[in-house]
Amino acid sequence: MSATSFKFRSGLAAIAVAASASILPLPAFAEGVVNIYSYRQPFLVQPLLDAFTEQTGIRTEVLFLDQGLEDRIAAEGINSPADVVLTVDIGRLVNVKEKGVTQPVEDENINANIPAEFRDPEGHWFGLTTRGRVVYASKDRVDQDTITYEDLAASKWKGKICMRSGQHMYNIALIASMIAHHGETEAEEWLQGVKENLARKPNGGDRDQAQAIYAGECDIGLGNTYYVGLMMNNEKEPEQKEWANAIKVLFPNSEERGTHVNISGMALAKHAPNRENALKLMQFLSSAEAQAIYAEANHEYPVMPGTKVSETVKSFGEIKPDSLPLAEIAKYRKAASEMVDRVGLDEGPAS
Amino acid sequence: MSSFTLREAASRSQTSAGRIRRQRHPLAFTLAAIAAAVVLLPIVTVIIVALSGSGADWPHLARYVLPRSALITFWMLALVSVGAGVVGVGCAWLVVAYDFPGRRILSWALVLPLAVPPYLAAYAFAEFLDFVGPVQSTIRALFGFERPGDYWFPDIRSTIGAAIVMVAVTYPYVYLTVRVVFLMQGRNIADVARTLGAAPSRVFRRILLPVARPAIAAGLSLALMETLNDIGAVQHLGVRTLTLSVYTTWLNRGSLEGAAQIAVLMLALVALLLLAEQLARRRQRFHVARATQMKARPPRTPLSGWRGFGAALIGLVPIMAGFGVPLLIFGRYAINRLHQASDPALAKAFMTTVSVAFAAALIAVITALLLIYVAHLVRSRAVTLLVRLAAIGYALPGTILALGMLISLARLDNFIDALARDYAGFSTGLLLTGSATAVVLVCAIRFLALADGAIRSGLAKLPPHLDEAARSLGRSASASAYSTLLPLLKPAILTGGILVFVDTAKELSATILLRPFGFNTLATFVYENASRGAVEEGALAALLIIATSIVPVILLSGPLTRDRDA
Repeated sequence: MSATSFKFRSGLAAIAVAASASILPLPAFAEGVVNIYSYRQPFLVQPLLDAFTEQTGIRTEVLFLDQGLEDRIAAEGINSPADVVLTVDIGRLVNVKEKGVTQPVEDENINANIPAEFRDPEGHWFGLTTRGRVVYASKDRVDQDTITYEDLAASKWKGKICMRSGQHMYNIALIASMIAHHGETEAEEWLQGVKENLARKPNGGDRDQAQAIYAGECDIGLGNTYYVGLMMNNEKEPEQKEWANAIKVLFPNSEERGTHVNISGMALAKHAPNRENALKLMQFLSSAEAQAIYAEANHEYPVMPGTKVSETVKSFGEIKPDSLPLAEIAKYRKAASEMVDRVGLDEGPAS
Repeated sequence: MSSFTLREAASRSQTSAGRIRRQRHPLAFTLAAIAAAVVLLPIVTVIIVALSGSGADWPHLARYVLPRSALITFWMLALVSVGAGVVGVGCAWLVVAYDFPGRRILSWALVLPLAVPPYLAAYAFAEFLDFVGPVQSTIRALFGFERPGDYWFPDIRSTIGAAIVMVAVTYPYVYLTVRVVFLMQGRNIADVARTLGAAPSRVFRRILLPVARPAIAAGLSLALMETLNDIGAVQHLGVRTLTLSVYTTWLNRGSLEGAAQIAVLMLALVALLLLAEQLARRRQRFHVARATQMKARPPRTPLSGWRGFGAALIGLVPIMAGFGVPLLIFGRYAINRLHQASDPALAKAFMTTVSVAFAAALIAVITALLLIYVAHLVRSRAVTLLVRLAAIGYALPGTILALGMLISLARLDNFIDALARDYAGFSTGLLLTGSATAVVLVCAIRFLALADGAIRSGLAKLPPHLDEAARSLGRSASASAYSTLLPLLKPAILTGGILVFVDTAKELSATILLRPFGFNTLATFVYENASRGAVEEGALAALLIIATSIVPVILLSGPLTRDRDA
């Protein structure tokens, strides 16, 4: 009994020592470091950050959060260790600015690399990549090769559409763009029509919609372009290649206003302790080299004109992005979110 | 019965004694006051945020969101009450009252689903029961179906589906608390009733259920609070509960105030429910007078042949659901990724998880003991109520509690930093929110209810005359607590600590908001992958979370087994 209790106690002591070691605070600033608060998963940005460190010798620290990033920076105030914010979705970029946790950047290189439509007019954020919100259509069961978002409400698709939650930021941005183009009343009628065409209650992520088409649960789904690229090249889960093979990518509205795109982008934190390093990172990520890595590794569209897309993305065909400024679309985010509730989109077709 | 009335009389004469007691135990009171303040800090902050809102979100919420999400939440809670109640009580009775092949293994294996985080269980269930999952594929192969429309299959992505997932991982709370009661006294009083001629069903209804009621309530309230605060499982299954509408209000409509208002409303509801339960059983207390009870116990009713086999099968079902399915799904992914096992980042995440869980468990247990002890000393209803409310943070969505913590602690950090800059000429930076301290604190606070519940029910089982005897022999209150109550409470304290450890090891939403740079737990490791639609990359980490929790969960059966011979 005493032997076991001794073992137990020394075990506890060991854990306690380990605990205190890992709980000590890390220094917020050090020589040659840039602190990144990221809504983007570390896995996706690591190749870029490695290239940056190799080129400049500046280390990177990434803190991945999926919610409340701007609330955290705001709470931390002047002592916030955040230098830059990396995020997807125009709504989040606009939020970071509106929350007052960013500062404007006026940099020749960045302005030369990034077209004005992907920059905040006041310089608080700029885009790094874009992705199209496209239609995944079954190769077997869908004959047409063109489509419009408006078409999704047509009765021919009854019981054939799959999508992720209407409250997901990618769908919110798409619905906001419909409000921007058609006004709230018409957009709501459209959303109602889409709801009635759903094959099942919205759920899962974008890949799950491709899987559902592969399985025969629905004929068309909504998803981002790069997921198709990731599925096509997924060596570890080869079944995802089959999902990707079952679908074709249709770029909606490519014959008129263009396909809705969303962006990933970055901003400089208001109290950035390592401002110079942060600017170097911003310049690097907007450079041709980084843009090429984004395109190749993540299958996103680089924002820098003239940068090549990956072979996989090229195989989808040419994308014509909607020319309405994203900052304009972002204004209708709240209205879009409320519309999803009003229509009851996430309750599925039968209600 | 006589000790009961004495106690009532004593507490009535002691309303004015509170002040005297406070003066007699200044240290305990000061510490308890500090602990209560820290525990209430994030909750009070959330309330302040809620009150600062304009209420502009309410016309929309009241018309389109809340009626529906409140109804869904109500159904979830009702289904989990019935489900976790029936499974928990049923299994507890099965392993206590009957003997059948495999009973010993079942009696601890029934706790295993506690090691599985709800978000992982939801993912595993969805995969398992999906159109391309093993179940439906088998059905199609057997009957020659091809398309989804060819046959009917229940949809796991529904309120009932989500409730089943929550029952599968939360019934052990009920099982654990009720089993202890059945072990300690269920059989004895049941046997008395049986010898007096009562039918078995009547004994269960009239004797066992009332005796187990406080334990059922304690276990169920944990299961229900976990159901209420869950975001991962309901989000994955597309079930629009109140917690989910807290998130959409905050994130999609940019209204933290509106989100906090919904959260506070949920909190008020839970407080009311707890209060109602408390009032309903105010006059009931059940003690075990161990010393006067016969030591030998009649043997369990043996079940042999197909009946024994059937009993084992019944006990196996909840384990397979809450533990087997997740193990199968993540095991399959993990096999292709065994090379990750040598990843130093994974090893580091494992160490961090264990350290944080251990620290949080320690803090939660000490805090719970302190608060319960002081409430015990004062015996004032107001203090008891305040202490119970302190544990209510468990009902809040983790992210919201963490936001409350973040806002208040960061303010404190900046205050200290400003003082240091002004008077000492250097900057302290963010002492608490810049380190893992905030993560440990928020986990300890979030799961205080677990430690509090375990220790409180342990205390309730001890006859009050033990303490009173020690006091009448001249021991001081603290000495009697230390030498008499603490040793007897050891199993309860261990149980509480282990529950907090396990839940912290599973914790995700508060950790991810408050963690400092370079800080990964196993749960955040899984989540970084899951949030980019590649949960399979986190499969090995997911299995490690489950493994980390299994050891303590098996330890949990230790104190219970010892109880059996007491």
